[in-house]
Amino acid sequence: MKQSTTLEIMVGVFVALGLAALFMLAMKVSNISALNDEDGYLVKVHFENVGGLKVRSAVTVAGVRVGRVESIDFDEKLLEARVTLKIKRDVRLPSDSSASIFTAGLLGEQYVGLEPGGADTYLKEGDVIALGQSALILEQIIGRVLFSKAAEGGTQ
Amino acid sequence: MLTWLAHLGRAGLSFFERLGRGHLFLLQVLAGMPGLLLRPRLVIQQIYSVGVLSLVIIVVSGLFVGMVLGLQGYNTLADFGAAESLGVMVALSLVRELGPVVAALLFGGRAGSALTAEIGLMKATEQLSGMEMMAVDPLRRVIAPRFVAGFIAMPLLAAIFSAVGVIGGYFVGVGLLGVDDGAFWSQMQARVDLYDDVMNGVIKSVAFGFVATWIAVYEGYDAVPTAEGVSRATTRTVVHTALAVLGLDFVLTALMFGE
Repeated sequence: MKQSTTLEIMVGVFVALGLAALFMLAMKVSNISALNDEDGYLVKVHFENVGGLKVRSAVTVAGVRVGRVESIDFDEKLLEARVTLKIKRDVRLPSDSSASIFTAGLLGEQYVGLEPGGADTYLKEGDVIALGQSALILEQIIGRVLFSKAAEGGTQ
Repeated sequence: MLTWLAHLGRAGLSFFERLGRGHLFLLQVLAGMPGLLLRPRLVIQQIYSVGVLSLVIIVVSGLFVGMVLGLQGYNTLADFGAAESLGVMVALSLVRELGPVVAALLFGGRAGSALTAEIGLMKATEQLSGMEMMAVDPLRRVIAPRFVAGFIAMPLLAAIFSAVGVIGGYFVGVGLLGVDDGAFWSQMQARVDLYDDVMNGVIKSVAFGFVATWIAVYEGYDAVPTAEGVSRATTRTVVHTALAVLGLDFVLTALMFGE
């Protein structure tokens, strides 16, 4: 009998270790906040070009993360990208806020930055943010610089 | 020429025969599983022999794989001035790929071969037919508990492997090479996703556990009941497990991470 209890304890310890490892992977290695995707309200915004923005990218106000990108699709009528943002319920933003796509660092991940406006009314579920500033596309900027350099060279 | 063709045909037929027998065998084992609820002790015993006894090799290999990842990754990332991303690199490669795959390969070598040898020897010494004589179904009494145990143990072993590996990478990266402690963890947490990375890794390890144990118990049960047959079956277990795990890994990775 003694033998079999040791065996059971060993198996118990093994299973506990395995679950602890899973728990560590969930809590310490990944971000558990993905789990409690707290309910928020959805706001749409149009961009001419979303660049490398992805679903689940961060939405920030003043650098603080307040939500994430819910979906990105193409608006056939406006011929623009339509990005749906999910913003935490307790974050209230003036209805004339504007949105821009920024890049974290020079080559980092892209995220949506919201710039609060000054209106008295607040954004609510289903609203559309009127002002959407497109992503900076590195190739376009390089192209522009090269082009202006070439133009300078031509006048001299 | 003709004999060559006949040989090819025979090999093809026996391949399909084995494939068919393997799947019928799986169905029979699955049918024998509900009976195990009445006898959990059988499963616990097998979890001890496939899981607990594999723990040492899993922990030690995980630690070293994580440490090597830390060293190699640091040298490459430092060239791009991104040494702080070491935590991301170590965690993602472990959680997505190396954890499930290497743990499954080790599992096949350590536990799978033992399962095959044990069952094959039971067959060779006619213990299985002895059970049948006593109206005890060896599939339910011997095979099913081993199958369930491997299925339970494998994801846990893979999770332990990944977790220990991350700790190993931490030791080397932060302790030895001087990567910033906070950046190591915070970048890791920012970039590793619970569903896309950790959960998919767990799904992979569940699939590998299923396949690896299936191959092991089937090869044992199907072994030619001689000393040579058992040794061949054991070799086949290790080879087939490695091939199946790596092939399946490609398919699963393409399904999960290919956009």
